[in-house]
Amino acid sequence: MVEFTLWDIVRNLLMALRWTVALSLIAFLGGGAVGALLLCLRLGLGRATARAIGLYVQVFQGTPLLMQLFLAYFGLALLGIEVSAWTAASVALTLYTSAYLVEIWRGCVEAVPKGQWEAARSLAMSFGEQLRHVVLPQAMRLAIAPTVGFLVQVIKGTALASVIGFAELTKTGSMIANASFKPFLVFGCVALMYFVLCFPVSLLAHYLERKSHGRPA
Amino acid sequence: MEFDFAAVLAEWPLLLRGLAWTIGLTAVAVPLGLLAATGGAWARACGPRWLARTVGVYVELLRNTPFIVQLFFIFFGLPSLGVKLSPALASVIAMTLNLGAYGTEILRAGIQATPRGQWEAAHSLALGPVQTFVRVVLPPAFKRIWPAMTSQIIIVMLGTAVCGQISTEELSYATNLIHSRNFRAFEATFVAVGLYLVLSMAVRQLLLWIGARFLFGSGAAAARPAGASHRLGARHG
Repeated sequence: MVEFTLWDIVRNLLMALRWTVALSLIAFLGGGAVGALLLCLRLGLGRATARAIGLYVQVFQGTPLLMQLFLAYFGLALLGIEVSAWTAASVALTLYTSAYLVEIWRGCVEAVPKGQWEAARSLAMSFGEQLRHVVLPQAMRLAIAPTVGFLVQVIKGTALASVIGFAELTKTGSMIANASFKPFLVFGCVALMYFVLCFPVSLLAHYLERKSHGRPA
Repeated sequence: MEFDFAAVLAEWPLLLRGLAWTIGLTAVAVPLGLLAATGGAWARACGPRWLARTVGVYVELLRNTPFIVQLFFIFFGLPSLGVKLSPALASVIAMTLNLGAYGTEILRAGIQATPRGQWEAAHSLALGPVQTFVRVVLPPAFKRIWPAMTSQIIIVMLGTAVCGQISTEELSYATNLIHSRNFRAFEATFVAVGLYLVLSMAVRQLLLWIGARFLFGSGAAAARPAGASHRLGARHG
């Protein structure tokens, strides 16, 4: 039997941490792009679109992320697409992230006073110009803190990709725990690594939030 | 591609059982979690400094690690310290700790929004610190944050899907069982997702109704429409 030293455990977990970070970035950037697209559709098109996107948000916020991952995993296979755990996890987490971000950003756009839209329109700006030059710059300032805060949820969400066989931090931790018979130590280390990853992001979000409220941080 | 939902729906007793487990786990863990949150919020807002710090560490540790890792730590890790837990008990403990941590932060925000004058008024009426907290500060704080707490409770409920990984027999576990029997993985998951969606919508309505009806007297004003505010404090675990 192979003996696992603490260094063996930590080294292997650190190797796996890369994939957690990579998947988080994919989900966050992909989700941000899809979310931005949905936001534009929601703002620019009519009521029906807004309602459809509202439904999309409700479905993703009202069902477990784990089930969404399974659905992507099995569903993409049905469509005849060769699915690896990578693909399924990326797709599911991207859609999940986009649903939350579009809702957060919608709130920020709605927080911009109506008079700003009207003022922009009275200057004969087109809808795109109103959005680009007047509304979005103000909404973006509001959006930064909650968006960074949501990144923590994305990082934690990637842990569920372990269930469909994606060998990130949690999955690797489970495998090492099974092989080394040291579950307490291994899961302790895994939790610590997530904490080291997430806590600075939480602090940053908190700092940004206080700053945007005009209070000294 | 062909779908066969009938094969999945034929297993309805399993689905029903899973649904009952999901609801049962939530029904046990949520009151305990709210209790923990109330204690935590008290410690953070008016407890002695060392206690406030300790609770702060607990909150940050729980909020910055994934629920599944917490669950594995409790279920697989603790037995090596001699604490052996059944899957259901481990699930309830993890859910309670999770809701306790998020709830503490949500409720603390509600408590801090209580005007200083209310504390002083209670004090000048010779109410003790416990009476002041329970009777004067807590009720309006709960009322203020109830929509956010409702969202958090639903997130905790949806989190039970992960508990199937330690063989708690809730809905996602039942789903896996069904597709291991009939190989209709997509259909089984699809049906489960639908059930979760209906469940979360029903529970939201129930909680908002409970809030308006029982927690805050007869004030219909308490039943604020589910606006943007209810999502503010809620975070996934």
